[in-house]
Amino acid sequence: MPWTKVLIDKSDFEDTLGKQGLRGLSYRDALREGQEQLLESDPSVFLIGEGIDDPGGVFGSTLNLHRKFPGRVLDMPIAENGLTGIAMGAAIAGMRPIFIHMRVDFLPMCMDLIVNHAAKWSYMTGGKVGVPMIIRSITGRGWGSAAQHSQALHALFAHIPGLKVIMPAVPYDAKGLLISASADGNPVLCFEHRWLYDFTGYVPAEKYAIPLGKGVVRREGKDITIVALSLMVYEAIKAARELAAEGIDAEVIDPRTIKPLDEEMIFASIKKTGRLIVADTGSRTGSFACNIAAAAAEKAWHDLKAPVRLVCMPDTPVPASQVLENAYYRGKDDIVAAAREICRL
Amino acid sequence: MPQSKNKKLPADPVPRETELALMRAMLRVRRFEEKIVEVYGAQEMKTPVHLSIGQEAVAAGVCLNLKREDYVFSTHRNHGHLLVKGAAMASMVAEMYGRAGGCSGGKGGSMHMVDPSVSCLGTSAIVGGSIPLGAGAALASFLRGDGRISVSFFGDGASEEGLFHETLNFSSLKKLPALFVCENNGYATNSRLCARQAHSDIARHAGAYCIPSVIVDGNDVLAVHKAAVEAIAHVRSGAGPFFLECKTYRWKGHVGPDCDHLKGCRPKEELDQWMERCPVKLFKNALLKSGVLSVPVLDAMLKEIDAEIAAAWRAALAEKMPLPEDLYKDVYRQGIF
Repeated sequence: MPWTKVLIDKSDFEDTLGKQGLRGLSYRDALREGQEQLLESDPSVFLIGEGIDDPGGVFGSTLNLHRKFPGRVLDMPIAENGLTGIAMGAAIAGMRPIFIHMRVDFLPMCMDLIVNHAAKWSYMTGGKVGVPMIIRSITGRGWGSAAQHSQALHALFAHIPGLKVIMPAVPYDAKGLLISASADGNPVLCFEHRWLYDFTGYVPAEKYAIPLGKGVVRREGKDITIVALSLMVYEAIKAARELAAEGIDAEVIDPRTIKPLDEEMIFASIKKTGRLIVADTGSRTGSFACNIAAAAAEKAWHDLKAPVRLVCMPDTPVPASQVLENAYYRGKDDIVAAAREICRL
Repeated sequence: MPQSKNKKLPADPVPRETELALMRAMLRVRRFEEKIVEVYGAQEMKTPVHLSIGQEAVAAGVCLNLKREDYVFSTHRNHGHLLVKGAAMASMVAEMYGRAGGCSGGKGGSMHMVDPSVSCLGTSAIVGGSIPLGAGAALASFLRGDGRISVSFFGDGASEEGLFHETLNFSSLKKLPALFVCENNGYATNSRLCARQAHSDIARHAGAYCIPSVIVDGNDVLAVHKAAVEAIAHVRSGAGPFFLECKTYRWKGHVGPDCDHLKGCRPKEELDQWMERCPVKLFKNALLKSGVLSVPVLDAMLKEIDAEIAAAWRAALAEKMPLPEDLYKDVYRQGIF
């Protein structure tokens, strides 16, 4: 299936899907096209965020949309919490705002409105008033971006009842999940990774939706299940290619949505492989990887032949120096090492 | 005691029907909350109640001047705002008794009343929450050009939150149809305003964001009404937000049916002085004196209100309790989109 493919670089796309005449789009352009089609098709959709109409256009993901949709792509004061409340107020009054943060790290300033208000509104009103709002934010990495520009905080929000959390890893999902999220009627946080923005993949030109809560098998295998989130999907695919050379056949699952989570897909895979690695972009303690491991321990225990291994970032803030950055980030090699270990037990 | 500082009050006399409606609205809120005080000791109403007894003139003076489609956002102390806006009383009572048929399905309680049919889209018990939500609804109206306005009620404490300043700035910038109504009752729970701010007028902040404002005696319902008429006309004209500060006083505790002076939180003399200036009593006496109201008409009004309240209580208590499995419903809004 062209839409399940993870393509490591643009030439990978050209070699595979491009030759079949399929349309390739970068992750940033897929996001942009998804928002453009939402703005075109639904007058209640508007975009708001710091500098989203500037020449950078949120790393290209909102580029020039303000020209095509004047008055509906709004720059804003540097007031993240207040504007979250204003976007939410517009949402409960019938609009469908997409609130955009260039960094995930700005979300902690919005905790009151996201956690105390948006997440609770449907419940506190007995289901009478929903919050059809998307909050996009981007995790940075590298070039010394350091502790306040590189966080991965998806697990914090997945913890809060009433929120939905999507983590698209490929261009196809970036567009399709965003379109689903806009129609969902509930507050949805979309966590994007800056390093995904240049990846190219198959993206149909029409408007399409990918249901929230449905994972995808990125690579089929029989020896070990690797559940990977966001950028870690690419690390897992690279790891699987390396492991294949050693005779270890890894299955890679991308949940795409972490809340709600497609547990059934993960358990079905564990039933087949008996082994589980979870690769997460967040730091380990309280990570979403811990959730998946706990779910497996509770519900798939008898199918497990070996201990679960987590490949998460360490419990430190993200450092600046390249030497320390290299020590911080986990990826393909860590997944390969974990797989070797539990496959040889 | 605060004096009205409004210099631009319309000179036109207030019509008799309006005066009677204001009287009735205040009495209705007062009697409703007195009923809560009466029954609360039985401990069947298992929800923290934040009563607005003593502050009724603000809800009456503002909400009676709104259209059904105008949005109202309120706080934990929301009963008066919703009642005057037209929210269904029996559903509110049922909510306080934790019934499935309560306005929030028993999920919200006293602090989270809602009635979308009269554009009350929910209330926040986090101080300041009503402010950006109101401005957001105003943004929705602004983007749609639908002519609605939005009112945020909040207390003096909320003006210390960042949300307040962030929202005023944006609302002014975009000229949103938002009315900010500060019920300055001088206390945040038990902390006096003078222990929290260098100045006792909250409206001074509005000027910093180029938002026009008026300070009125919040215990004078006619003053609130006249200021609200002007403020609403300003906001509805598209001229941008308006800030209305109403100086008033809460008779009961921050939460619960008792008085704070009993706990030593404030001097009894202070309460006594404000009770002398009870908004209901002041207006009642003025109307009796002017002949707009007579004792028989007043008695009939009270009888009618008490009958409505009694019927609301009966209807609420006849509602079923939620089922335990209802716990899992409404976490997400389902099937509407």
